[in-house]
Amino acid sequence: METEQKIKNEMKRNTLLENEMRLSFDAVSVNEAFARVAVAAFVTPLNPTVEEISDIKTAVSEAVTNAIIHGYDEEFLGATGQKGKNQVYLHCKIVEDVLHVEVQDTGKGIADIDQAMEPLFTTRPDMDRSGMGFAFMEAFMDDLEVISEPFQGTLVRMKKKLGTISWIKQEE
Amino acid sequence: MEDNFKVIDNYLMVRMPEEVDHHKSVYISKIADEYIMKEGIGNVVFDFETTRFMDSSGIGVIIGRYKKISYFGGKVFAINADTRIKRTLMICGLHKIVEIME
Ligand SMILES: Nc1ncnc2c1ncn2[C@@H]1O[C@H](COP(=O)(O)OP(=O)(O)OP(=O)(O)O)[C@@H](O)[C@H]1O
Ligand SMILES: [Mg+2]
Repeated sequence: METEQKIKNEMKRNTLLENEMRLSFDAVSVNEAFARVAVAAFVTPLNPTVEEISDIKTAVSEAVTNAIIHGYDEEFLGATGQKGKNQVYLHCKIVEDVLHVEVQDTGKGIADIDQAMEPLFTTRPDMDRSGMGFAFMEAFMDDLEVISEPFQGTLVRMKKKLGTISWIKQEE
Repeated sequence: MEDNFKVIDNYLMVRMPEEVDHHKSVYISKIADEYIMKEGIGNVVFDFETTRFMDSSGIGVIIGRYKKISYFGGKVFAINADTRIKRTLMICGLHKIVEIME
């Protein structure tokens, strides 16, 4: 019985240790819900808590919404003559007990990243934005990195450590 | 969708959707503003009873309506918010401008 449990734990650990997924989708607002639910589903094998799931969904929602409303805003679409087919790229990776999430767009980019990341800073008060997106990503994830250049797009890289593997190890 | 808006005296009651994100928030702001502007409603009550998810878009909806009505002395209330949503409101300091009620 004991060996059986050990084998089960071992199998579980192997399936959890490393996993990766990539998605790309049109930069339209209906896909905000799709993106955060996809990431939530991706991490379920790690048995996250309800709280952890909420944190991850909020952070993903913030990054994806930013790509859609800021990355591909009217100014950018007007300047490039692009319409419709803009994509948001989502890349997730589980390494041991850490979830890595990357959200990327090929939109207008950010000139002053430090300023953009300040709580309450927004370039779109007219759109009812509050400037709390990056602050939420920072509050709900363990690590946040923003890489961006004007007209080169934006990459948001986030990490969150989940409390799962430790208790699997304990069980052994 | 219109069912989610109800006027009682000088209060606009807004039943917030299950998920408050950018996609959903655009219509909430638009309809709420119609009531505020056209019918001159003074106060807004956001009801989070069925809400299970909210990102910064919800914060924008609340602050935006607050700006419109506070100028005329109106107030904003949040009711039935779960601990998660309360925490989200607090992080932004919204408890200073919104009355959060049980
Ligand atoms: N992907 C992006 N592409 C271009 N600019 C961006 C991007 N993400 C964020 N920004 C810029 O950074 C600013 C701050 O972003 P943040 O998410 O913190 O606030 P917001 O989106 O303006 O408001 P909120 O997220 O509260 O609705 C934005 O106003 C925008 O100017
Ligand atoms: Mg944002």
